[in-house]
Amino acid sequence: MPDDRILEIKQLRKQFPGVRALTGVDFTLRKGEIHALMGENGAGKSTLIKVLTGVYPRDGGTILFEGQPFEVGSPHEAQERGISTVYQEVNLVPNLSMAENLLLGRQPTRGGFIDGGEMERRADAIMARLNLDLDVGRLLGDYSIAIQQMVAIGRALEFESKILILDEPTSSLDVDEVQQLFAVMRQLRDEGHGIIFVTHFLEQVYAVSDRITVLRNGELVGEYETARLPRVELVSKLLGKALQDMETVRKEKEETAPVRSGAPALRARNLGKDTVLAPFDLDIHPGEVVGLAGLLGSGRTEMARLLFGIEKADGGELSVGGRPVSFANPLDALQAGIGLIPEDRKGEGIIEDLSVRENIVLALQVKQGWWKTLSPAEQDALAEKYIRLLGIKTPSADQAIKNLSGGNQQKAVVARWLAAQPNLLILDEPTRGIDVGAKAEIQKLVLALAEQGMGVLFISSELDEVLRCADRIVVLRDRAKVGELSADRMDEQTVMRTIAQTGPAGGAVK
Amino acid sequence: MSAPARRWTPSPVVWPVVALAALLLYNLLFTPNFFDVDIRDGRLYGSLVDVVKNSVPVMIVAIGMTLVIATGGIDISVGAVAAIAGAVAGVLIVTHQAPLWIVLVLPLAAALVCGAFNAGLVTALAIQPIIATLILMVAGRGVARLIVGGSALRFPGKMPSFAYLGSGYFLGLPVRVYVAAGLLVLVLLALRLTPLRLYIQAIGGNAKASRYAGVGVQAVKAVVYVFSGLCAGIAGVILTANIQGADAGTVGINIELDAILAVVIGGTSMNGGRFRLGGSVLGAILIQTMTTTILTKGVPVQYTQLVKALVVVAVILLQSPEFRRQLGGLVPGRAAP
Repeated sequence: MPDDRILEIKQLRKQFPGVRALTGVDFTLRKGEIHALMGENGAGKSTLIKVLTGVYPRDGGTILFEGQPFEVGSPHEAQERGISTVYQEVNLVPNLSMAENLLLGRQPTRGGFIDGGEMERRADAIMARLNLDLDVGRLLGDYSIAIQQMVAIGRALEFESKILILDEPTSSLDVDEVQQLFAVMRQLRDEGHGIIFVTHFLEQVYAVSDRITVLRNGELVGEYETARLPRVELVSKLLGKALQDMETVRKEKEETAPVRSGAPALRARNLGKDTVLAPFDLDIHPGEVVGLAGLLGSGRTEMARLLFGIEKADGGELSVGGRPVSFANPLDALQAGIGLIPEDRKGEGIIEDLSVRENIVLALQVKQGWWKTLSPAEQDALAEKYIRLLGIKTPSADQAIKNLSGGNQQKAVVARWLAAQPNLLILDEPTRGIDVGAKAEIQKLVLALAEQGMGVLFISSELDEVLRCADRIVVLRDRAKVGELSADRMDEQTVMRTIAQTGPAGGAVK
Repeated sequence: MSAPARRWTPSPVVWPVVALAALLLYNLLFTPNFFDVDIRDGRLYGSLVDVVKNSVPVMIVAIGMTLVIATGGIDISVGAVAAIAGAVAGVLIVTHQAPLWIVLVLPLAAALVCGAFNAGLVTALAIQPIIATLILMVAGRGVARLIVGGSALRFPGKMPSFAYLGSGYFLGLPVRVYVAAGLLVLVLLALRLTPLRLYIQAIGGNAKASRYAGVGVQAVKAVVYVFSGLCAGIAGVILTANIQGADAGTVGINIELDAILAVVIGGTSMNGGRFRLGGSVLGAILIQTMTTTILTKGVPVQYTQLVKALVVVAVILLQSPEFRRQLGGLVPGRAAP
C-alpha cells in the first residue's frame, strides 16, 4: 500500500574514509507504525539516522518524505520539516527550566518579551500528553535522565513531527518509565505518526514494534513483520551467524568451578551510607562472579560506588584480601586492587579526546605512581597488546577514542582495568548499549577473568545476562540488599520474585 | 612538542608559526634594520633580541597558564601574584638589605603561597577557577601595596646583582632569556619523567572519568595552580629587577590576558585537554612581535590595540576547523535539536 508510506529511503549510500558506512540501504516507514531499526554497532543504524536528519550529507540514493524528495542540512531543519530525533544521550540544556527546554526556539512572546505564564501552560500541556505532571519551572538538570528523555520526546511532540526517531531511548529508563514511554509511542502511532525505534533490547522490540528492519555491516539484511519473526531468527540475523557464541558462554560457565579457598577478595560487613544504600554484607571470593540484580534505582550502582570509594561509607567495615580498608576515593580502591568499569561510559569511562592508548594506560600508570612513568614504548606495547587481546577495532592506538564505536570504547575501558591487574573487578552494566556480538565477547571475558582468579561483581539490568555469568546473585530492592541466591536457586522466576514481589517485571529487566 | 595525532590533522601550532612567519616577512620587506643584530660590548642588540627579551615575562606566565588551562581551569590572578612577588623583593632590598638569595627565594615562596591559596579554593572548596582566582586578582594588588607600604618602592642602583636578572646579559643574550629557557626545559623534563602530561590531559578531557580511573584529580589541579603561582612570581621578580622598583599597581598589569592569549594562540583549547607548551611560547613571541612591529612602524597609539586584535582574531579563526571548513565552502551540519 504505497499510500501509507510516509518515508521511503532507496539505495542510500554513505562513505567514510576507512569506516564501514551504508551501501545501498532501503528503508520504508509507514504511517501509524512503530518500526524497529536494529543492528550491531557499526551496522549503520546511527549513520542512517544521521544521513536522514541532515547531520551527514549522503553519497547516493534517494529519500522521499510524504512522496517528496527530502533534503535537509541539519537536524534542526529536519525537525522543522517534521522529522524529530530523540537521542540516546539527552541533548538538552540542563541549566534551563523544563518549560524552556520544551519550547526553546519557539517561546511564546507577548510584546516582544517571553511570556512565562503562557510558556509554563504550554509546557504543562505537552507533559500532560506524556502523562507526566511535573513542575515545568524547575531546572531540567534537577530531574533524572529518564525525565529529561521524556522532555526530549515532549519537544518532538511540540514540533508536531510526523516522524519521530527514538535512538536508544530506553537505555536510561526503568521498567515503569519504559511502559510509560511505550504507551506514548502507541498513542502517537495510533494518531498516525511514524516512529523509528532504535534499540538493543529484544524484549522491547517485541513488546512495541510492528516491523523490524535489520542492518549489518552497512547493508540491509531485511525488513520483517515483528509478529512473524521468531526471536532466535532475529538474533541470528543481527549476528549474521548462529547462536554458537551465546552457547559457548554458557558451556564455559558450567565448567568453571569457583575457587573458594583463602580470604575473600572482598568482604563487606554492614557497609552502607545514609540515603545511598542500607547497610549490607557481601563476600566475593577470588575466581567468583557475583551478579547484582535489581531494578534501576534499586541501589546497584550505589553499591559499586561504595565499594570503589566514589561514595564514602558512613558505617560498617570493608576488607580486601583480608586486610581492613577504608576508601576515601577511587585511588584508594585502585591501590587496594579494585577496579570499576562504570555504568556511564561516556561521562565516567572514556576520556573522549585522548587516544585509545592513553585511555588504556591510565589506570596502570596511576597504580605505578608518580615516579614510574610508562615510556612511550611501554605505552604502545601495552595498548597494542590489549587492542589485540580484546579485538578493539581501531585504525591505530593513536586514534582518539571518541571515533570508535560504543562497543570498542567499552572494550578500551575494560582494557584499562585489565592492564591495572586488579584482584576484584566491578562491572556496572558493561554491555549496555553495545551490540550482541560485543556483549557475548565481554561476558566471555568476565568468565575468563574469574577463571584466572579474579573476583568479579557483575551488574546488569538484563537478567539473562546475570544468570548466565554469575555464580551467585545478590538482589537489591529500594536501595537495600534483599536477598542472595546461590547457584542452585538461580533461575529467572526466583530472581524475579525476589526483585519485585508485585509480579514479574518487564522492560529493561528481561 | 610531540603531537602523535599530527598525522591526522595539522597541528594547531602551525597557525601561530604561519602568522609569525608572515609578520617577520612583513618586517623583512617594510621595516628597515628589523633583522639587524649588532654586537656591542659582547651583547647582541637589535629588534629581534628585543622581541625575545620583552616576551619573556608573558612567556613564563604562559607556561604555567598552559597547564592550568589544560586541566580545564584558568588563573587570572597571575598579574597580582607577580606584583606581590615584586613587592616582597622590593621590601627585602630596601628595608632589610637582604642578600641576593633571600631576595630571590622569599618572593618566589610568596608566589607559591599565592598559588597554594588558589589551589585550595579550586580543589578543597571546589570554587570555579575563574571566580577563585578572581579573588586574588582583586585582592592581590592590595596585598602588594600593604607589603611595599605605599604604591611603589624604588631602588635604582641598590642591588646590581638583582638588577642583572632583569636587564643583564650573559654570553651575549639577556639573562632572563636563560631563565625562561631553563624553566621550559625543567617543565618539559617533568612532563617527560612523570605522568603529569597524561594526568593533566585526562583531567582536562574528562575530570570525572579521570577520578574513576584513580587519577588524583585534586592533587594534579593543586600542582598546576601552585606552579602557575610560581611562574607568575618569577615573572614578577624579573619585571621588578628590570625597572628597579616594586610598583604594586603596574607590575604585571594585564599580563594574565596576554598569557591566556598566548596559550590560546598556541593551540591549547580553553576547554582543557591537549596542551602545547611550545605553542604557548610561540604565542608569547608572536604577541611581542606584533607589539614591536606596531611600535616600530609608528602606528598611532590609538590603533595599536586594534591591529593587535586583528592579528589575534586571524590566528584564532584559522585554528578553528569549523572556520577552515567554511572557508572551504562546506557547510557544517551540527545543530542541537
